[in-house]
Amino acid sequence: MGALETNSMSLTDLANPTRFLAFSGAVLPWLWGAAIVGLAAGLYLSFFVAPPDYQQGETVRIMFIHVPSAWLSMFGYLLMAVAALGTLVWRHPLADVAAKAIAPVGAAFTFLALVTGSLWGRPMWGTYWVWDARLTSVLVLFLMYLGLIALWRAVEDPGRAARVAAVLTLVGVVNLPIIKFSVDWWNTLHQPASVFRVGGPTIDASMLWPLMIMAVAMTLLFLALSAMAMRNEILRRRVRTLELAAAAG
Amino acid sequence: MEALGNHGGFILAAYLVSVVVLVALVAWIVFDGRALKRRLADLEARGVRRRSAKGPS
Repeated sequence: MGALETNSMSLTDLANPTRFLAFSGAVLPWLWGAAIVGLAAGLYLSFFVAPPDYQQGETVRIMFIHVPSAWLSMFGYLLMAVAALGTLVWRHPLADVAAKAIAPVGAAFTFLALVTGSLWGRPMWGTYWVWDARLTSVLVLFLMYLGLIALWRAVEDPGRAARVAAVLTLVGVVNLPIIKFSVDWWNTLHQPASVFRVGGPTIDASMLWPLMIMAVAMTLLFLALSAMAMRNEILRRRVRTLELAAAAG
Repeated sequence: MEALGNHGGFILAAYLVSVVVLVALVAWIVFDGRALKRRLADLEARGVRRRSAKGPS
């Protein structure tokens, strides 16, 4: 009980924007350091240690950046959905800040998943794009990110924008299982899951390790960028408050 | 390029696009942060304070 109270207290403390600024300021250099070391190791393993695939040849090296980007595109939206719950249910002071800050980072990684997938598809499938269930549902995810970013910019009152965006974010969550299971539910050109699947990964360890290290490093990069964007959003709201105070005289 | 086989151009393009997008994202976040800190400092220099901010002791 005591430990629970202690944990609850520390989470509540972190919910305070000023304390979040202090905490994230201390953690960010370590996060960046770990991300850079991880990316350097991951890229070395991806290009110089992982062997060419017996079917894809050297083109498999695109997978080391495409797969983590695709995972993070969904991870980002999942974080936004949790934040949306925080906005609507618990009125958490940092929830909307987090959702709004993560959106452009998530959109960038979704864009990378689409572009790197296309660049892999041309030599492997013979086409940059097909209206396949997996590709189309990821494109819908990208459009949802853009729509939410536009919504936050269009509604001037941050409180109203937060509530509308939170509702829309939660409606959009239905797309996540569609993306994940599209390769099982429909007959698609995109290959089925080969890492997170019942029965274990089908990828050889020589390629799985570089992929996992790239995934961890890109996740750290995603978290570092999101934390920085959250700090900016807190400052933006402080600037707005002061500008309103200055205008009111 | 030759070491990357017949499709080396596609591999390099994928990594080049990724680097460009991620560097642009980092630059946008860093410059946005700096601009916001300048605006905040400017407002505080003009004596505008948040209600929750502590006054001078």
